Amino acid sequence: MNFAVLQFPASNCDQDAIHALRDVLGHSARYVWHKETSLGAVDAVIVPGGFSYGDYLRCGAIARFSPVMAAVQRFAADGGLVLGICNGFQVLCEAGLLPGALIRNRSLQFRCEQVHLKTLTADSPFTSQIPPGRPLRIPIAHGEGCYFAEEETLTGLKAKNQVLWLYCNAQGEVTDQSNPNGSLWNIAGICNEGRNVAGLMPHPERGCEAILGSADGRFIFESLIHALQSGQLATAA
Amino acid sequence: MKARIVVTPKKAVLDPQGKAVQNALEHLGYAGIQAVHVGKYLEIELNGADSETARKQIDEACRKFLSNPVIEEYHFELE
Repeated sequence: MNFAVLQFPASNCDQDAIHALRDVLGHSARYVWHKETSLGAVDAVIVPGGFSYGDYLRCGAIARFSPVMAAVQRFAADGGLVLGICNGFQVLCEAGLLPGALIRNRSLQFRCEQVHLKTLTADSPFTSQIPPGRPLRIPIAHGEGCYFAEEETLTGLKAKNQVLWLYCNAQGEVTDQSNPNGSLWNIAGICNEGRNVAGLMPHPERGCEAILGSADGRFIFESLIHALQSGQLATAA
Repeated sequence: MKARIVVTPKKAVLDPQGKAVQNALEHLGYAGIQAVHVGKYLEIELNGADSETARKQIDEACRKFLSNPVIEEYHFELE
């Protein structure tokens, strides 16, 4: 599969994403600079973590108007798979590709640690290969990861099965203590109504190898790859 | 012409910065503080535009870019 990993000024997880996709998972991945107006021939887009444009104004607010984001909007509208990680999640929310917003952590602290995620549904191209009932151990590193949306939006997300991951403890229980940033409903990641665009604050690309503390992040990328491969088979048939 | 824009978090949005400042003010002995909201102030210098056009432009920029309507409110003055 061919992945595009966007690069904004001050992206800093772009190389981690490329490493995970190329070296760990054995797929093709290339950088796409924020000034590009086309994504080229790609199967999926990763909007990586970092501090795009210095996080000035609001996290993701400036990145979302970069030329490459117009191409991402078109790609997403055509059903292409887009995954936003950390700052990438913030960019996708600012761009209106995902509902809600990410605000300052409840503790006001930048949190950099391993957390656990409970996957709420296997019915998405981002979660289908995650072993059911298994809490994922994935690192976080953010200061503004508190998910907020209006009550109506939250109810809609829940009703349409768009909440993909919640923060939980190692046993898989969703508790206030396991919520690292104050996110409403412990939300760590969501997808859009079309289920082809998703975002999460934790960093699966930094958790794809046991030597880094966890390889659970692979399940998320393997889900994407599975979705792309089965989609391609369907097209070929 | 100058636009003075103030962006503040919506009341329903958790504002940990405001809360921290409030706690510090109380710690310093300031009494009677009910709430603190921390926002942003932007000053935009404009040239050429008449005030009606400027108002429209600034309002649009606030909605589209300078504030996030999911979490923030804004108001501005032109002078």
